[in-house]
Amino acid sequence: MKNSAAPYVLEVKNVSFSYGKQMVLEDINMQVRKGSFLGLVGPNGSGKSTFMKLLLGLLKADKGNIELFGSPVQSFRDWSRIGFVSQKANSFNSGFPATVFEVVAMGLYGKVGLFRFLKKEHKKKIKEAIGQVGMEQYMHKNIGRLSGGQQQRVFIARALVSEPELLILDEPTVGVDADSVRNFYDMLKELNDKKNITLILVTHDIGAMSEYVTDVACLNKCLHFHGNKNDFEVNREEMMTAMYGHNVNVIEHNHSHDHHDHSHDHDDLGGVRS
Amino acid sequence: MIEVFFQYDFLRYSLFTGILIGILAPLTGVFIVVRRLSLLADALSHITLTGIAFSLLLGRYINFFAVLNPVYMGMIFAAGGSLLIERLRHTYRFYRELAVPIILSSGIGVGVVFISLADGFTTDLFSYLFGSIAAISRTDFTVVLVLTTAVTAIFGLFYKELFFLSFDEEQAVISGIPRRSLHFLFVLITAVVIGISMQIVGILLVSALMTLPVAAAMRLAVSFKQMFLYSVVIGEISVLTGMFAAFHLDVAPGGMIVVINVLILLLVLAATSEKILNRKGG
Repeated sequence: MKNSAAPYVLEVKNVSFSYGKQMVLEDINMQVRKGSFLGLVGPNGSGKSTFMKLLLGLLKADKGNIELFGSPVQSFRDWSRIGFVSQKANSFNSGFPATVFEVVAMGLYGKVGLFRFLKKEHKKKIKEAIGQVGMEQYMHKNIGRLSGGQQQRVFIARALVSEPELLILDEPTVGVDADSVRNFYDMLKELNDKKNITLILVTHDIGAMSEYVTDVACLNKCLHFHGNKNDFEVNREEMMTAMYGHNVNVIEHNHSHDHHDHSHDHDDLGGVRS
Repeated sequence: MIEVFFQYDFLRYSLFTGILIGILAPLTGVFIVVRRLSLLADALSHITLTGIAFSLLLGRYINFFAVLNPVYMGMIFAAGGSLLIERLRHTYRFYRELAVPIILSSGIGVGVVFISLADGFTTDLFSYLFGSIAAISRTDFTVVLVLTTAVTAIFGLFYKELFFLSFDEEQAVISGIPRRSLHFLFVLITAVVIGISMQIVGILLVSALMTLPVAAAMRLAVSFKQMFLYSVVIGEISVLTGMFAAFHLDVAPGGMIVVINVLILLLVLAATSEKILNRKGG
């Protein structure tokens, strides 16, 4: 961990969650210290999105506790300290007439509150946030006309404008081309280094992400690994088999062609890494 | 040509009301369109007819309703209808659009029964359906003015919340914006605006004045603010030109306003057709 003395931004203790009888998350324990950059990795259907919803208080855990900045998520009210960029963020209607400036301004609405208006200092902050993600020259352009990578930057700016201490990104690189993904991660790294913003990046893309993060957590119903990146690299192969192996076992029970299914699964993994 | 509107009181108040409607209907329409509720406006306008018919029926037996402008009863019905629609949208969570035809057809059905029971289909009814420029009294105008001010103020007050909810509902809710109460408030406003606007454009065409200017503005606007500006300008041009033309040609104003609106829309579509091609290509 980057700074072992830094306070916890997020603490997850013995959290379990199920939809009806189906257990989605089982006994999750996780701590995220201020200033760290955590990559939360897991295959599709591993409970990542459910976990996000628990962190954001949109779902309630069946068992265990989640604490944000030291207070339980149920009673946490200071949501402007947390920025969230949803997986669905750039699936908005691209015909919607809104400029980059207008979209980023939304990030302040919750903080400004009902019956209040944006003031000059707010507008300055909006411009700053747009600058931080390198989108100044698109400030007054229609957001629907931008590329996927540019739109994603705008949504990061929207999350940044309220100056959050913790930024959670759910699959932010889906639909962004490979070159832009690198630039995108560089930008995140810079936010983490220079602004000391704690980052949680949820992704199934293990490859590119691992060069940038400080910590890694592997989730597939249970937490298979949680620690710093170097420990993860040492145990990487083992970790991957443990995590993605869940499905392999199931396939083996149903089919006689064990070997074939195994290799097929590894192909999938290769695809994810590249 | 224009002077005649100032020679007679009833025409003057109609003109003033028209000017206000030209602002109000497109203003509401912007949110209706971006929130994908265009059909809701249609359903609510039809339930307004039910209220008007009910008021006309009551007017036969109770004096108070004979002198009261039936539009007010129409607004009350539209407000009630909007609550029913929300209820139905919840009941049919997975087929939300079903709420609209249910309310629309029951509105017309019950309305027609009331009309038949009252005194059948009269010219009065014709002006409720297609609009009239001679229907506005001084009192009506005062009410319209008060309601317009209130609605505009509410939109100004909740602009940022309504904008956020329209663009990205999930994120808006996460940042603590009260979705349900705002949606409820918005639907009530829509009911009121329909009640006001139908006096000039008529029930059958009121949703046109809420959606056509916005449809044209959408092709021109880069920002959300521009969308309001263009919608109101286009709405205002159609209402004023439509009213003058309707008076001089002696046709129903609702029809004339919509015809001009459609012409503007076609013009805008033609002027921006290159953009459409580009979009498809890219």
